Amino acid sequence: MIGGLLERNPRLAQWIWGFKAPERGPIILVHRRVYILPTRLGWLFAATLLILLIGSINYALALGFALTFLLAGVGLAGMVHTARNLARIAVSTGRAEPVFAGESAQFRIYLDGRSDYDRPAILARHVGSGSQFVIDIPPQALAEVVLAVPAQRRGWLPLGRVLLETRFPLGLFRAWSYVEPDARCLVYPQPERTPLPPRLAEAAAGALRSQAAGNDDFSGLRTYQLSDSPRHVAWKAVARSDELLTKQFTGEAAAQLWLDWRLLPAAAGLEIRLSRLAGWVLAAERAGAFYGLRLPGIEIAPGRGDAHAGTCLQALALYELR
Amino acid sequence: MKSAAAHPLLPEARLASTRDLVLLCGSLTLVVMPHATRAPWWLTLLTLCLYAWRIHYSMNAVPLPSRWLVLAVAAIAMLGVWVEYRTIFGRQPGIVLLMLFSGLKVLETRTHRDAAAAAFLAYFLIVTNFLYTQSISTALVMAVALLAITVTLIGFSAPSRAPRANLRTAALLLAHGVPAAAALFLLFPRVQGPLWGLPQDAYSARTGLSETMSPGEITRLALSDTIAFRAEFEGTPPASQVRYWRGPVLWDFDGRTWSAGAQSLGTFAPPDGGATYRYSVVLEPHNQSWLFALEVPASLPEDARYTADGIVLAAAPVRTRVRYEISSTVAPGGAPEKQPAQLARALRLPAGANPRTLGLAEELRLGSRSDDEILARAIAFLRRGRYVYTLEPPLMGQDSVDEFLFDFKVGFCEHFSSAFVFLMRAAGVPARVVTGYQGGELNPVDRIITVRQSDAHAWAEVHLRGRGWVRVDPTATAAPSRLDAGLARTVQRAEQPLLMRGDFEWLRSLRNQWEAAAHKWNVWVLGYNSERQRDLMTYVGLRSTDWRALVATLFTVLGILTVLLLAWSLRRVARPDPVQRAWRAFCLKLAARGVERSPSEGPRDYAERAARALPSARRAILRIGELYIGLRYGREHDPRGTKDLRRLVRELRVT
Repeated sequence: MIGGLLERNPRLAQWIWGFKAPERGPIILVHRRVYILPTRLGWLFAATLLILLIGSINYALALGFALTFLLAGVGLAGMVHTARNLARIAVSTGRAEPVFAGESAQFRIYLDGRSDYDRPAILARHVGSGSQFVIDIPPQALAEVVLAVPAQRRGWLPLGRVLLETRFPLGLFRAWSYVEPDARCLVYPQPERTPLPPRLAEAAAGALRSQAAGNDDFSGLRTYQLSDSPRHVAWKAVARSDELLTKQFTGEAAAQLWLDWRLLPAAAGLEIRLSRLAGWVLAAERAGAFYGLRLPGIEIAPGRGDAHAGTCLQALALYELR
Repeated sequence: MKSAAAHPLLPEARLASTRDLVLLCGSLTLVVMPHATRAPWWLTLLTLCLYAWRIHYSMNAVPLPSRWLVLAVAAIAMLGVWVEYRTIFGRQPGIVLLMLFSGLKVLETRTHRDAAAAAFLAYFLIVTNFLYTQSISTALVMAVALLAITVTLIGFSAPSRAPRANLRTAALLLAHGVPAAAALFLLFPRVQGPLWGLPQDAYSARTGLSETMSPGEITRLALSDTIAFRAEFEGTPPASQVRYWRGPVLWDFDGRTWSAGAQSLGTFAPPDGGATYRYSVVLEPHNQSWLFALEVPASLPEDARYTADGIVLAAAPVRTRVRYEISSTVAPGGAPEKQPAQLARALRLPAGANPRTLGLAEELRLGSRSDDEILARAIAFLRRGRYVYTLEPPLMGQDSVDEFLFDFKVGFCEHFSSAFVFLMRAAGVPARVVTGYQGGELNPVDRIITVRQSDAHAWAEVHLRGRGWVRVDPTATAAPSRLDAGLARTVQRAEQPLLMRGDFEWLRSLRNQWEAAAHKWNVWVLGYNSERQRDLMTYVGLRSTDWRALVATLFTVLGILTVLLLAWSLRRVARPDPVQRAWRAFCLKLAARGVERSPSEGPRDYAERAARALPSARRAILRIGELYIGLRYGREHDPRGTKDLRRLVRELRVT
């Protein structure tokens, strides 16, 4: 209920959490953002102290008083130490590699201790998914946590809220803080496990055949793409013009595949069509074909290799999303 | 969205490792060991075996014993305790059961939650040690145990951390806890206990004088170096020979045992004349009401009562260490008996006992004109008799006085005083036995007189017409050095415990130092009470000293301490270097003009972009970027460059 309320009222949430989500750049857990309360063990400790105090009064035990009060002092110091274990940590995020819907996005979170003391046993937990990890931050260093967050829908997946918690050193207090770093992961549509449609498959096979035979039929130059083999780079041309150029051969140019939105029946619906196209991209890539992608309003020129596949899949992932 | 994953920091969810268990059992062993001297040996052994059993389980990774087995062990052990004490209530059985439970708790420990509960049990075991002794050495051992328990608890929270690091954290935590603990100790309002009835055996086994004296009783005390009380005089204390600390007065004799009988309170009247000494006494608990004072008291402590035979009594039996201020007049003239019935009581003798002594008394009486003369002749008789003062007197039979005076001629102070009072009564002079302490050792370190059980003494008082009750010490006639040098130099050395012998001077001085420290400890730590608390509050200048003022002061002090601790935890640990700070200021300045650096942007790209966006400051921006890159990534460190960078950033004006 409270969660829903906070979602509808971002200003209330901002006031309660003490920050405006999501936050850009490294987030520093200032003391104001670190909350602290006794744990159940802490209450048990307090009850123990109360009994010790009553016993000391009853038997007039000076050292009983001394022990009780020393434990109380240690408890107080423990509270400050627990808050210190979390406070002033800088939280930053790394790049999350794109995943397909249905997989888990691996968010990398870096906790920079920024201190000359170590910070043991810090729990990082993704609030939405419950994915969690306990790590120790060494002195003057940072620690990396990878939180696996299930990616259910294509598009950008924001990291969301992350809980950082510690009970070190005595376990009597629990200090915690919430952060919502500005990290997101690109989620590709869930690819349908499908072969290329017969027409495209034939073309791809033909292309491969002609590639095997006709590597020598030089047909022209085009700009270098990351996926191009270094053997095909026109080094002489590079020396002249400062620009990387790739030699193109007859077979390739002829065997371009176009993975076209219009090849799919309109009745299938948006998500299914995108899934199928994603499946085709993977299949074409596997087949080593030279392929391009056509979506309404988007055309990606034919290419090959991981980077090209990534471009195509990103276009599919973000298609018709704001 | 609620997640189903278990919380990995919950102690319930974390299994105790072998390392955790070894630390836990080690700490528990530390707190249990002092109990081993008092608990039945089999129970100590069983407890230690339970600890070892649990560690064995953990090391060999076998499942824990079934609940029924644990219950069976518990039941058998409790039966054993019952057989040992015939009860399972009371202090000693209670402590023994606590030891046992610590073993059982460890045995059933699975998670850190169980282990933490066992660690808390160790706190209780520490306190039970204090029921027996609160000496400095006990406090030190328990402080080590406390450190061990703290390390254990930290180990639960940080399982993968090196034990050395945990030890350092534990020491730091304790050090940070000490100021708050000191504030609480000094300022927490002390309530005078007990809050409820204590177990029957709460104060058993205290050594000290009693209301009776049978042969051998004081001899037993004489072998104990337990401290009875300590006295601190204002100015020079009186000489050892006249330091008679008066205790119970014994009137009634049944042929073997002297006893105090019925006591009646008297009115206190300070004696006139004589040198008056003011002093304070820190009396160890002896579970009796009397307070020891040098004869004759000149003023009484608050709340004290005074008996007709001149003993100072506390309002209640002394069960905790008490401190009282008192003054005494030494070299008194004696006080006449106000109740004639008491004089008759002081002449009563058991019928038919000690015929030879009766004969001697008859002889003394017939040849004398006054009681004074009888007394003088009796003393002369003792002096002539070559009596030997020893700690190991022979066993005496029915007519003990006869046997001592005429046959063995060997005895301890109880024999001397008993025989002398018997003789005086038989000769018609009212007499009574007085027990107490004589002498005491002056510690040259802190000028405090320590009186031990070995200084226990018995002497006589006779009532002389016109002079009243007069002290006579028959032991002094037989062994005069007893009064000069104390027991240690009078009797044979081999009969005494090592530390009390006089032959090792350095040992003696070491003991003096130690005892001076122990006295300070007793007075300032163990003896700290509501009264001292009031003194402290007055001393620091607080006008009201009731509990409300104490609590208010306490919270103020605790608040200040917490703020100090927070300040310590907030202190900037690593300031970024000046180059970094200057660069950050530069980025902030540009960001204010709408050119924000994106996290992935390198300094060169950023500077170029900013220079394009803000052409008016183009040169300065490019120069700053260049300097920064050189300083941050360059090989050599140039202090002038740093200065330049800071100046440029400061002077940068973007419009």
